Amino acid sequence: MRVGVITFPGTLDDVDAQRAVRYADGEAVPLWHGDHDLKGVDAVIVPGGFSYGDYLRCGAIARFAPVMQEVIEVANKGMPVLGICNGFQILAEAHLLPGALVRNHKLHFVCRDQWLKVENNSTAWTTRYDKGAEILVPLKSGEGGYQADEETLKELEGESRVAFRYVGGNPNGSRNDIAGITNARGNVVGLMPHPEHAIDALTGPTDDGLGMFLSLLDTLVKA
Amino acid sequence: MIDTVKNAAATPDQEQPYRELGLKDDEYARIRDILKRRPTDAELAMYSVMWSEHCSYKSSKVHLKYFGETTTEEMRSKMLAGIGENAGVVDIGDGWAVTFKVESHNHPSYVEPYQGAATGVGGIVRDILAMGARPLAVMDPLRFGRPDAPDTKRVLPGIVAGVGGYGNCLGLPNIGGEVVFDESYQGNPLVNALCVGAMRVEDLHLAHASGTGNKVILYGARTGLDGIGGVSVLASETFDDSAGKRKKLPSVQVGDPFTEKVLIECSLELFEKGLVVGIQDLGGAGLSCATSELASAGDGGMHVYLDRVPLRATGMTPAEILSSESQERMCAVVEPGNVEAFLEVCRKWDVIATEIGEVTDGDRLVITYHGEVVVDVPPRTVAHEGPVYHRPIERPADQDELQANTPDSLERPDDLLELIKVMAASPNLASRKWVTQQYDRYVRGGTVLAQPSDGGMIRIDEETGRGVALSTDCNGRYTKLDPYEGARLALAEAYRNVAATGATPVAVTNCLNFGSPEDPAVMWQFEQAVKGLADGCAELGIPVTGGNVSFYNQTGATAILPTPVVGVLGVIDDVRRRIPTGIGAEAGETLLLLGETKPEFGGSEWAHHVHGHLGGLPPKADLKREKLLGEVLVAGSRDGMVSAAHDLSEGGLAQALVETCLIGETGARVFLQDDLFTELFSESAGRVLVAVPRTEEQRFTDMCTARRLPWRKVGVVDPESKALEIQDLGELPLDELREAWEGTLPALFD
Amino acid sequence: MARVVVDVMPKPEILDPQGQAVANALPRLGFAGVTAVRQGKHFELEVADDVDDATLAKIAESFLANPVIEDWTVRRVEA
Repeated sequence: MRVGVITFPGTLDDVDAQRAVRYADGEAVPLWHGDHDLKGVDAVIVPGGFSYGDYLRCGAIARFAPVMQEVIEVANKGMPVLGICNGFQILAEAHLLPGALVRNHKLHFVCRDQWLKVENNSTAWTTRYDKGAEILVPLKSGEGGYQADEETLKELEGESRVAFRYVGGNPNGSRNDIAGITNARGNVVGLMPHPEHAIDALTGPTDDGLGMFLSLLDTLVKA
Repeated sequence: MIDTVKNAAATPDQEQPYRELGLKDDEYARIRDILKRRPTDAELAMYSVMWSEHCSYKSSKVHLKYFGETTTEEMRSKMLAGIGENAGVVDIGDGWAVTFKVESHNHPSYVEPYQGAATGVGGIVRDILAMGARPLAVMDPLRFGRPDAPDTKRVLPGIVAGVGGYGNCLGLPNIGGEVVFDESYQGNPLVNALCVGAMRVEDLHLAHASGTGNKVILYGARTGLDGIGGVSVLASETFDDSAGKRKKLPSVQVGDPFTEKVLIECSLELFEKGLVVGIQDLGGAGLSCATSELASAGDGGMHVYLDRVPLRATGMTPAEILSSESQERMCAVVEPGNVEAFLEVCRKWDVIATEIGEVTDGDRLVITYHGEVVVDVPPRTVAHEGPVYHRPIERPADQDELQANTPDSLERPDDLLELIKVMAASPNLASRKWVTQQYDRYVRGGTVLAQPSDGGMIRIDEETGRGVALSTDCNGRYTKLDPYEGARLALAEAYRNVAATGATPVAVTNCLNFGSPEDPAVMWQFEQAVKGLADGCAELGIPVTGGNVSFYNQTGATAILPTPVVGVLGVIDDVRRRIPTGIGAEAGETLLLLGETKPEFGGSEWAHHVHGHLGGLPPKADLKREKLLGEVLVAGSRDGMVSAAHDLSEGGLAQALVETCLIGETGARVFLQDDLFTELFSESAGRVLVAVPRTEEQRFTDMCTARRLPWRKVGVVDPESKALEIQDLGELPLDELREAWEGTLPALFD
Repeated sequence: MARVVVDVMPKPEILDPQGQAVANALPRLGFAGVTAVRQGKHFELEVADDVDDATLAKIAESFLANPVIEDWTVRRVEA
């Protein structure tokens, strides 16, 4: 399984996303923001960081990168795409996912080990989890507050498109405690917390995050 | 009209504002003597900024020499670069070299807390990058005035946000540091920033320009008026009416971490492709420093075309261009054949890069501006042969009185259990989570230990697991009572903290924060501290590889507590065997106290918090004991005999017990000896609390006995109890303790 | 050349913690009577004369603002 990991100027967690792919026995393929080239990968990860310094709005500039044009195309055709943190922000700006991410309600950057509930285990990235499973994964962001209008929220909840929800307290003011969502098809998932930092109890709070990358493997094998 | 060399030679009697620029009469005279004419405006700016205390170390040089004098060949054997380079470099084995350094950015952080702290981080990271290393982690020792003072509420949140804002955006995990409160820092908060990086040994880059004909390329951000400050007094000399219209910028540098992140990636690619011969970052004194240091360390001269420097402000004079402290800029020396490839890499990363000069024959630094020579100096006189002061030194008249005023007769409370809680909630001992939660600790995926652990630890080699651990420590109160001993204690504590993680200490950096060097009492503190640190390093066999001095931390006549922050770097061959700080690996594990406890309360947290008292002597530092302790811990971790370790420092055993229980989220049952107050609150050095599996207890204690390390059983780990239970005193439920420990900083700063 | 001002404000229903923080701080600084604060962005563009209003609207809507969470206005001003 070949998984593309994009690097924009300012991207930080591409290295860690690549490692998570390797831990799941996949091949991590670095993708450059300026290329119209996905190198024939089977899935794409848009990783965390501060692409373009978060100028204008988080992800507002990255979403126009040449590589993103290709990502939008393949996402609409069903390729699994995962947006982590800044990646989620980029996917929202690119309208691959609804809503937007704004400044944390308490205004501080928050880095903490966060409990999440897996609400939807039928997306391309969550099949390895039990529905309702609680996982412990790092959250580290300053603009993680998920916002959407009432209609969108109703739609997300009604169609079970909330993929992850914060439990044990809302760390950033996200509506409905939403930590991550999926598109209607279930191939595009975006979340603020960082599963790629929870793949090994040596360097993370748990290895609960590895499941997302293993889920992808299952998805690709089945496809 | 630009003041050229030709003009200067022709107008020897022109008045120059050298005093406003901080130069003394004799220093100005020496410049005239060196140049055999008066300096141009640009040269005057260069000399004034490079000969300032901050850049030239004029008041500290004579004392810092002692580090070199006390470093033995054996200590030097693992050093690949030492004092004087951008940062110290140590061979850690397996072909890896690690570079680390701590620096201060104190005064700017008082003026503009966010940007002062942010640019402090930016600066130290560039120093590490300039050694050829990828920066891997940061740590920040911070010191503030009284926690409840209104100005602390202005300064602390801004500084913490700045450290986090810049470091997080660079993608560097923050793995440790300190937050200390003391009234003496009220007008002078201390922001010390440490960075650690790694590279393969063969990739070490040193800052020198060599090879006649090699090109000098300036890359990174454009140059503007940041940090010009005093140099602007020269502007009025050379511009007519436009100077009056121009806005006076404050002496504050503004950082852009995104630009620096891109600069890092671009630089690393340049290094990887072998396109760089020498490199220097632009920090304090900007281009003045970079050009004079590169030229002076090389084997030739340098010619710089100042008009080629890309600017972001209009009408900048040569003096201003040379003095600008605009951030995120680097200067590289490149072979002519590699220039195109160099520029290509910069284009890929969208980094501005400009060839601004070349290495020349001879030994002068010549800078031209639109064809006119504005600087023609021997670079060594600018960068390395600055003034050397022998400041008067005098032991303070009241030092004896201070030491005689011991805490022995201070009232001790009856309710020791309550005191444990009160101390745990005191601002200097309370949990720093409010601060550390604003820092990313996970980025790069290599952090194995971070605050509140004793030391920060990162994995350097993913295959072998080789890693490094770091700790920064200093107790200003101990140092005030006895600067020589205080410096030894800072070294001891950092050494002990690193050893408590299971790593072997190998090198030292330092940030010496003191008051005004014009105060003989401060110079006495400085001299004593340097001696204490150097002698201590020699005793431990680990070298100081670099550091920083910050003087003038003084408000009026009141100096800060002498604060020689010591950072120790340790190596661990496999991070998997690191020792965590919290107990709870297994129930029923034995708690042992290693080392000896004596009644030592001078400068203690209890005396300070409960009685506002500072007097007596600090605890005694026994470096032989610290070395032995370190060896036992490393052996213990290597053989799986130790499952948790926590060093004892401020707050004594009481605080160590509270922390190890709360960090491990596990209770303990503890039994101590008769003088419970001393047991709990003495701050004797050379002690570590360890948890040992019952099956390993005999083997471990036998090893301690054989090596003559005093040890004593003090309790058992007891997850069932969910409390810290102390025989003859009672029990403290963990949730109550946690509320006390974690509640203080949010209540103050939220 | 013309000067154009684009103002971008968070939609009324969107949480604006920065505006709230400002509103909360004002009384502490001794200023009474400010009941609410919303914080947005103000852009000043220098544009060629042949850039028409429709184009400016597009610039605002597709880039300077995120219509999911922000409202925007565009106006031409005296240079």
